[in-house]
Amino acid sequence: MRFLALFIIFLLFPWESGFSQISNARRSGYDFMSRETRAMQDDDGANPGTLGVLDGEALWKKKEGAAEKACADCHGDATKSMKGVAARYPAVAPDKKSPVNIEQRINACRVDHQRAEPLPYESRDLLALTAYVGQQSRGMPITISGNDQTKRFVEAGREAFMRRQGQINLSCKQCHDDNPGKHLAGSVIPQAHPTGYPIYRLEWQSLGSLQRRLRNCLSGMRTEVPELGSPELVELELYLMWRARGMKVETPAVRP
Amino acid sequence: MQDAIGKVVGGAVINKGKVTLELPQLVENGNTVSMTVKVDSPMTQDSYVKAIHVFTEKNPQPNVVSFHLGPRSGRATVATRIRLADSQTVTAIAQMSDGTFWSQNVDVVVTLAACLEVI
Amino acid sequence: MARAIIRMPAQAKRGEIIEIRTLASHPMETGFRRTERGATIPRDIITHFVCTYNGTEIFSAELYPAIAANPFITFPTVATESGTIEFRWSGDNGYAVTESLKITVV
Repeated sequence: MRFLALFIIFLLFPWESGFSQISNARRSGYDFMSRETRAMQDDDGANPGTLGVLDGEALWKKKEGAAEKACADCHGDATKSMKGVAARYPAVAPDKKSPVNIEQRINACRVDHQRAEPLPYESRDLLALTAYVGQQSRGMPITISGNDQTKRFVEAGREAFMRRQGQINLSCKQCHDDNPGKHLAGSVIPQAHPTGYPIYRLEWQSLGSLQRRLRNCLSGMRTEVPELGSPELVELELYLMWRARGMKVETPAVRP
Repeated sequence: MQDAIGKVVGGAVINKGKVTLELPQLVENGNTVSMTVKVDSPMTQDSYVKAIHVFTEKNPQPNVVSFHLGPRSGRATVATRIRLADSQTVTAIAQMSDGTFWSQNVDVVVTLAACLEVI
Repeated sequence: MARAIIRMPAQAKRGEIIEIRTLASHPMETGFRRTERGATIPRDIITHFVCTYNGTEIFSAELYPAIAANPFITFPTVATESGTIEFRWSGDNGYAVTESLKITVV
């Protein structure tokens, strides 16, 4: 009887308990990099992402838009007000229907409160702001929960992660869940935990967002690549952050 | 690459030794490769490294960087990040105050990233 | 916009060899890349870096397109006296950035 009760409880929350079994085996992309690339991330004076963070710090104080307001005018000192914020994005606002990522949240603030134009995705300024805000969560655990608000979006992202797609009928899971640590051509396959975004990617020689990285992967998988900011990408981001929950934020990370 | 080296060295003999060129053997990403060059020299007024020149064999252009040092450097160790277009040999040449040249070659393996981006 | 990050000790003993680490913000466009249409993207790189210590040049470098974006250069110098260490980057399209830091030598 007790076994039946336990079994029913297990069925009710399959994705929660199934996940916790592999949580001890989770490793950041940092662990899969070479010694030299890790050294680049470890030292702020050697990390090219720091240049973006400094730009973001300057933008934080800059008055923008028809409202002539800076982020600092409402949010004050980012080192205090933004602590832990990036660690819980993507998130669903109480009055909104679907999740937004940190880039969309920043742009919403720009449009609604600064009365300025939204910054284009992957623009230098937006990357600088997300790097600056992200760094305020550095060292803190990612805190995405599968609650009533987010559960169905996390599920949608998980379904996308598990789905075989594209010309080579490949799923994200096949590389990142089933074969991390092995090689794809000359590159090591990481577990795909977005702990350090926006990252300074050596391949790009610049900062870039998680969505840029996802689109990079999807184009390599020879499948349809959604537009930046599309709901499918935000859901996938949300799933990946939920999958990485508890892991420490490393923004701005360096990756090969 | 030989022409580029010739411009710097002239007709002088390039000796092997004194130079340690540190590069990863298997490069993680050819766009950004950490490189350190160390030259064995007392770095005094009488005997010092004047310059360190780095060349590549298969990049579109053979010159990578030229560092100029002097007795005020204290030691001859410099580091930077370079781009390598392909698996190839990288050469570091040290130009000494006494007019002699010393070098070391390193072979590196460079692969393309697994999934190239289509923007 | 952040132009460069420089790391060096603010204080050193006379005669001590200190390490200076510089990281400049620059795309270092090689001049070898092409657009999707096949047009060459013009070269835009930092070509020179000079470091002076109370006005005397103590280190310099010529950079070529093979230097990675956001040039990172570390080099040593002997701490001889208190004063100002100046860093100058120059390159294509009139690029010119100067930064300086003070050092106290005891």
